[in-house]
Amino acid sequence: MTTGTTTSVRLTGITKSFLGVPVLRGVDLELRGGEVHAVMGENGAGKSTLLKVLAGVHRPDGGTIEVDGGEVSFAGPSDAQRAGIAIIHQEFTLLPHRSVAENVYLGREPVRRMQVDRRRMVADTRELLDWLGEDGIDPTDPVSSLSVAQRQVVEIVKALSTDARVLGMDEPTAALADHEVELLYDLVRRLRERGIAILYVSHRMREVFDLSDRITVLKDGQFVTCAPTSELTSEDLVRHMVGRDLGEYYPDRGVADDLGPVRLALRGAGNARVRDLNLEVRAGEIVGLAGLQGSGRSAVARAVFGVEPFTRGSMEVDGVARRVTRPRSAVRLGVALVTEDRKGDGLALRQSVRDNTLLVRRAALRGGRARAKSDVPALLDKVAVVARGEHQEVRFLSGGNQQKVVLAKWLAVEPTVLLVDEPTRGIDVGAKRAVHELLRDLAKRGVAVLMISSELPELIGMSDRILVMHDGALAGELPAGASEGAVMALATGHGVGEVP
Amino acid sequence: MTWRPRLAEGTAPALVFLLLLLIGLAIVGPAYSEPAGYLALLKRAAPLMILAIGQYFVIVSGGFDLSVGALVTAGVVIAARLIGGNESATAWVILLVLGFGLLVGLINGLVTTKLLVPSFIVTLGMLLVLDGATFLWTGGAPRGALSDGFRMFGRGNADVPVLGEVPWSVLILLSILVAAVLFMRGGTGRALVAVGDNEATVRMSGGQVDRLRLLAFTLSGLLAAVAAILLGGFAGVSAQVGNGLEFRAITAVVLGGVLLGGGRGSVVAAAAGALSLEALFTLLNLLGVSGALKSAVQGVIIIVAVAYASLGGGVRQRLRLWPKPRDSVQTAQPASS
Repeated sequence: MTTGTTTSVRLTGITKSFLGVPVLRGVDLELRGGEVHAVMGENGAGKSTLLKVLAGVHRPDGGTIEVDGGEVSFAGPSDAQRAGIAIIHQEFTLLPHRSVAENVYLGREPVRRMQVDRRRMVADTRELLDWLGEDGIDPTDPVSSLSVAQRQVVEIVKALSTDARVLGMDEPTAALADHEVELLYDLVRRLRERGIAILYVSHRMREVFDLSDRITVLKDGQFVTCAPTSELTSEDLVRHMVGRDLGEYYPDRGVADDLGPVRLALRGAGNARVRDLNLEVRAGEIVGLAGLQGSGRSAVARAVFGVEPFTRGSMEVDGVARRVTRPRSAVRLGVALVTEDRKGDGLALRQSVRDNTLLVRRAALRGGRARAKSDVPALLDKVAVVARGEHQEVRFLSGGNQQKVVLAKWLAVEPTVLLVDEPTRGIDVGAKRAVHELLRDLAKRGVAVLMISSELPELIGMSDRILVMHDGALAGELPAGASEGAVMALATGHGVGEVP
Repeated sequence: MTWRPRLAEGTAPALVFLLLLLIGLAIVGPAYSEPAGYLALLKRAAPLMILAIGQYFVIVSGGFDLSVGALVTAGVVIAARLIGGNESATAWVILLVLGFGLLVGLINGLVTTKLLVPSFIVTLGMLLVLDGATFLWTGGAPRGALSDGFRMFGRGNADVPVLGEVPWSVLILLSILVAAVLFMRGGTGRALVAVGDNEATVRMSGGQVDRLRLLAFTLSGLLAAVAAILLGGFAGVSAQVGNGLEFRAITAVVLGGVLLGGGRGSVVAAAAGALSLEALFTLLNLLGVSGALKSAVQGVIIIVAVAYASLGGGVRQRLRLWPKPRDSVQTAQPASS
């Protein structure tokens, strides 16, 4: 497993249509060994399809694929694998109860005397892990005992064990905790040093700038540009991706004088995950809640919403002390929670846009308010959902539009306290901006907004003030426009004074 | 608001299948050249259709109710024993049977939601308990007799203005169907389907998932009791009257294109599935196919229908996923227009 020559893959003029609808319209892409090549674009720009063409899952309608200068044609994923191309998908494909080595060689176990040659399997796996510098994983460990980041390593080892020279990675950090992302960065860099060509598909702009050597931008299935990362700024990238200048990223903040009464107040509140919370959110402001994954930032929202209720201290909604022990009570007090997992507990995917929009109203309210439905078009209009119609099932919508439906379902009950957890996760730049504007607009109308986000630029850009959590408690408060460094200092347990 | 006919996904094939069967009947059976033949078919199908409606509520919210067949038997046997041919007992026994069905449904629902036992197991257990209790109580041969007043609902006709003589069972079926459709169009009905799709979402939207589930089981139990009253009247007293009805009802619901596991399907289609099943059995009978094949046919139907739903779903998905609806596509029509 040493790198003699550098592999190169060249895709030229790739076109692909599904049922007559073009998804890729002449895309060029060149991957070189020892280089990280990022592909960026909005949702639906064709990134995933391109990845699948490379992996042999889809056959292109037109264009050529060359590997090391020779033209190839993939009839299926196994052809691509033989040509040294492997893809790490977003969803892991490992069997949790089998060992690392068994997973790596699943379906092509080395055989000796009609028996699986475990010793060789383990040895070969260990060799690959060593080659990657990942000695923290033992080939005999069951996968279920590994962290998400380690499982990703196993996926990569699995790909390398097929002698892959080209690795495609689809949103590799989506499943990782914040501190694991750095580990992945290291791993990607090591792969690059060892001459692997990496195709890196990601939404996250910072990752792409941190990691990639070149960036290709797609828009509506078309090749927009390809340039060395060092020659691009994030503004350039956004402009290429959306085809227009977004100008200012975030809507104007509120004016302190316009703030209304305190809508949500916590006094010494806590439960098993968070403790000693004292905070107030006033009508008209957006309060950002920052913190690393596991710091308890989502637990605060879940406690306020009654999912895992507070067991200590008190909580006031609109000035009245309340004990909220289930979401239903929270909803009836005018509290709304946009959760971080819209597919898991934000939407009923097989139901229509209309039924999802009316879900909270129907499920939580009674009487005339529950039956009111004439304003569905107005609600969908307000959040600017693009769908074929009210009766389209939401699973067919893009992530951005799905998120807008989640917002519409809460707007339908006119909440006074809005908790939003990762409101723009996995949605494209245009939809992101629409969500930001909507949140600011709601604040201006007197809603108290508590916003949780792991994207610091978003959190800083949107918030009127920022509360930072560390280890289940509030570590401090920062004013609007605080620096990322200041937020991170508090989030990682350092005082404000220690900011470099 | 303008009214537009709209069929839930999976409904259209179910209705087409029913139509084909009815046409088949018209060709094969001389009795089906006039409305009276179809009215008789509807009368015969009414108990199963009512069971299918009850089963629909449970399936669409993500469960199964295997206890309805045993519940029908128990209802008929209890009624016969308590009435014992005594006309004056009819009214309270009917109420008692309905109450019994409600209670069984309630227990199914409570055990499912509070003790977190999968409904498949709960209702299977209930089936065995009811079967055993009925056998113990009757010793295998039901005693007593139903009154004419009781049997009227299953076999008698009502004088309806304009239409003339219409079987009571058909009238009862139609009222239940209309009520079910209205219920499913309302907020509670939509929330019930949403529970079958994603109960976490309903809970996080402030909905009462357990209560909705409980409601579905209770309705299923109640409707099984109604079916028992109709079947007792139609077929008379026997300890086998409800045998296999639970599977026939599930087959009917699946035939109606309702997704097993919940989240999709219409109640009209479930009822149409039951009518299709009855029509199919009638057609096979007219064609001289042995009645012994009934359960084999049913078995094939349930597998084919579910396979169609899975494969069909895949095909549909492929047709609809591309092109993906995109924010950036300016030509797409906003939902509000």
